[in-house]
Amino acid sequence: MENQAHVINGHDAHGHDDHHEQSFWTKYVFSQDHKMISKQFLVTAIVMALLAMLMSMTFRLQLGWPDNKFPFLEKIWGHWAKGGKLDPTFYLSLVTIHGTIMVFFVLTGGLSGTFSNLLIPLQIGARDMASGFLNMLSYWFFFGSCCVMTISVLLPDGAASGGWTIYPPLSALPQAIGGSGIGMTLWLVSMVLFIGSALLGGINYVVTVVNLRTKGMSMTRLPLTIWAFTITAILGILSFPVLFAAALLLVFDRSFGTSFYLSDIFINGVALDHHGGSPILFQHLFWFLGHPEVYIVLLPALGITSEVIATQSRKPIFGYKAMIGSMLVIAFLSFVVWGHHMFVTGMNPFLGSVFVFTTLLVAIPSAVKVFNYIATIFKGNLVYSPALLFAIGLVSFFISGGITGIILGDSALDINIHDTYFVVAHFHIVMGSSAIFGMFAGVYHWFPRMFGRMMNKTLGYWHFWITLICVYGVFFPMHFLGLAGVPRRYYANTAYDQFDQLVNINSVISVFAMVAGLAQVIFVANFFYSMFRGRKAEQNPWNSNTLEWTAPVEHLHGNWPGEIPTVYRWPYDYSKPGAAEDFIPQTVPFSQTESSNAAGMH
Amino acid sequence: MITFLGLIVTILVIIAIARIVRILELTAYLSGENSERITEKNNNLQGTLNLVFLFVGMIFIVFTTWRYSRFILPVSASKHGVQIDNLMNVNYVLIFTVFFITQILLFVFAFKYRHNKNRRAEFIPENHKLEFVWTIIPTIVLGGMIVYGLTVWNRITNAVSNKDAQVIELYGKQFDWTARYAGKDNTLGKANFLKININNPLGVDSLDPNAKDDILVKELHLKINQPTLLSIRAQDVIHSVYMPHFRLQMNAVPGMTTQFYFVPSITTDEMRKNLNNDKFDYVLLCNKICGMAHYTMKMKVVVDDENQYAEWMNKQKSFDGTAVADNTNPIKVSAVASK
Repeated sequence: MENQAHVINGHDAHGHDDHHEQSFWTKYVFSQDHKMISKQFLVTAIVMALLAMLMSMTFRLQLGWPDNKFPFLEKIWGHWAKGGKLDPTFYLSLVTIHGTIMVFFVLTGGLSGTFSNLLIPLQIGARDMASGFLNMLSYWFFFGSCCVMTISVLLPDGAASGGWTIYPPLSALPQAIGGSGIGMTLWLVSMVLFIGSALLGGINYVVTVVNLRTKGMSMTRLPLTIWAFTITAILGILSFPVLFAAALLLVFDRSFGTSFYLSDIFINGVALDHHGGSPILFQHLFWFLGHPEVYIVLLPALGITSEVIATQSRKPIFGYKAMIGSMLVIAFLSFVVWGHHMFVTGMNPFLGSVFVFTTLLVAIPSAVKVFNYIATIFKGNLVYSPALLFAIGLVSFFISGGITGIILGDSALDINIHDTYFVVAHFHIVMGSSAIFGMFAGVYHWFPRMFGRMMNKTLGYWHFWITLICVYGVFFPMHFLGLAGVPRRYYANTAYDQFDQLVNINSVISVFAMVAGLAQVIFVANFFYSMFRGRKAEQNPWNSNTLEWTAPVEHLHGNWPGEIPTVYRWPYDYSKPGAAEDFIPQTVPFSQTESSNAAGMH
Repeated sequence: MITFLGLIVTILVIIAIARIVRILELTAYLSGENSERITEKNNNLQGTLNLVFLFVGMIFIVFTTWRYSRFILPVSASKHGVQIDNLMNVNYVLIFTVFFITQILLFVFAFKYRHNKNRRAEFIPENHKLEFVWTIIPTIVLGGMIVYGLTVWNRITNAVSNKDAQVIELYGKQFDWTARYAGKDNTLGKANFLKININNPLGVDSLDPNAKDDILVKELHLKINQPTLLSIRAQDVIHSVYMPHFRLQMNAVPGMTTQFYFVPSITTDEMRKNLNNDKFDYVLLCNKICGMAHYTMKMKVVVDDENQYAEWMNKQKSFDGTAVADNTNPIKVSAVASK
């Protein structure tokens, strides 16, 4: 296999030295080069993230100060915030689109799209992705889906507003809520484009990793990033088609009068002609994607963290094989736990028991990963780049959010906290914040690889500390709202006397959220400033072992001038006893490091 | 105007940050640092900040928990809820233990092993004994949690088949709830969405003899210690019956009937006394996004003692227009009536 891979690579290496002239369009826009596509994904994701953040800050204003008016909101959102008071339907649109953008566009497209594209060819030693053309299509499908989703926010009837999970019948019936009209149609169109993008990208990633590894790069010499991206891609390939099926049936129900999800409905004085469908069927299909999706979001972030923590601790990642094993187990389990989102839907309680069992099992490989991260830091020599800080932040969130999953995964306890703010707190910490911190770690770490320049570290430190504090400030108190019985997706809690005492908590949360939002301006400014004016990067600024740092700083079509480097060892030979330096790149053969070989030849 | 000002402010902020970066870079250059390389000073400061964050964070966590735990729902007003609360308490102990141990290890190590140029990291790629231990311990603990959790879950859900329960239907539509009591025969009359009209909001089949004594109300009254079976339906979209004080939640799904069995164990009056709040009322909230006014879709819930309940029930009118007699024990009453 390796030899064959090498042959393919060798064949692919046609004239990478003779730069064929590229026009502006083929170089920057319809590029088929994985590095450019990676940057396109990243910049698009940042723009979408800012949009979704603006939405969250808008509804945090409403939740924090439900009795106040904010006239400037009318300037931003127009008639949806007449006189500075947010419209309740639009509030629901905002939470729906915020969730959709963050989950799909930022943490799936943005995270995998950016780092799988950048790192897979560079870290396995390939000239490019297996198919540059499909890769380009993957980005443009993604771009299209982002545009459609953004446009849907501007519609006069409002964007989709049934929650990012779009449960029918609410999402199927325009008469139930304004956003279920054309807004929902655009949501579905956007999602179909997105699924196309995810599948094109995913197939490409898997094929590339399987076929195009350079000589010597066996599967057990792959950096954990690549393992994470590959497993993620497989999850996506297996689960996104199911979402496609779910969406297609919903389109049929909405437009062609079928009754897959609809039955016995009387609305606006009319009994609808739908018989025999089941809304629960949709939930099963949706969560069959929806749960693996959580790991599609999380695994790349964990992979990035493994790489960053090992490099910056100047220590091999602890338990390399256990890390791979636990990712595989998590990936497998993620397909058999979807029912834990549905304990109180009226699903058979016995089935519920099965899902409790599988769900709580996920905690075991997750715990192993956490212990391995901590053990990697133990007796390390930590070089505090902003990336390392974000990686440590991720581990902290993964713990804090993971342990509340033990409560939510327990069906008996879920009865009382299902769909409350406890859930909101849980997933924003374990999935949202963890994954976004993984993404930040990746951006700070590989920015020199992407743009040939360094990001400013001081601003990076500020960005990290403010964001870390604010994330805990926002989401830790939120658990108590949930334990007080406050449902999520409420426009205001003012209709309930018992919640009056909680207004204060909501204001505190909102203040933290605003500050967190402002802190991202630091990041954005640093990002774009450094892109053009940052200090020039050295070839291997973090003294890392992996292959991407053996390629020249200046981006080349084909990545390496001349031969593709050959790999002789695993990527984690940091601080090996007997070695002169505290790192030995993967390209150094054991014959050159005899003094350190006694410590093991991985 | 405000948009314009906002835009200007945003641009100025970004320019200001860019200027700050420039100044930072110049000062770094003047102090002899000529790259973005991480210095020992950075490592010491960031390492120490990790420790500071751990301290401040722990204080924040403990303070918030102390300050906000008073808002957690009061003692459960249903029998099964007590079991849920016990299970929850065991979970709290477990997760707080794990939380403190792991977070402390993480941040203390992050401080302790900050970079020192006179030291070298230790090359420890694996340790099978350690890995075995920390795989097996979570496995045993979670095994225990699974068994305990499922025992409680099975006890709660199996009770649905209890034949002595009084049947009450809860019916959700945009944006209110209706309760239907089964009356003396403790059997709900059939219903069909095609029969819904202004005078028959639940689509009850008036030809069904079981429907004659059914009662429709807008306020849910429960009798203390009375096993109760909620039978839950929805008219238009998915709603969810959420009664947090009773640790009770079940979705209302169009096209199907869902159920929840429980026994209310604290009357409204007792709860008011417990909480020292004369105005306290139990409430049923909608907890599944159902449309614009989702956040206002609620119903008052009252738990009566026997006398209060009988008094309330006597005032209600059934479908065939007769006042409903006291059905202290619906099974017995209907048995007497059939004689």
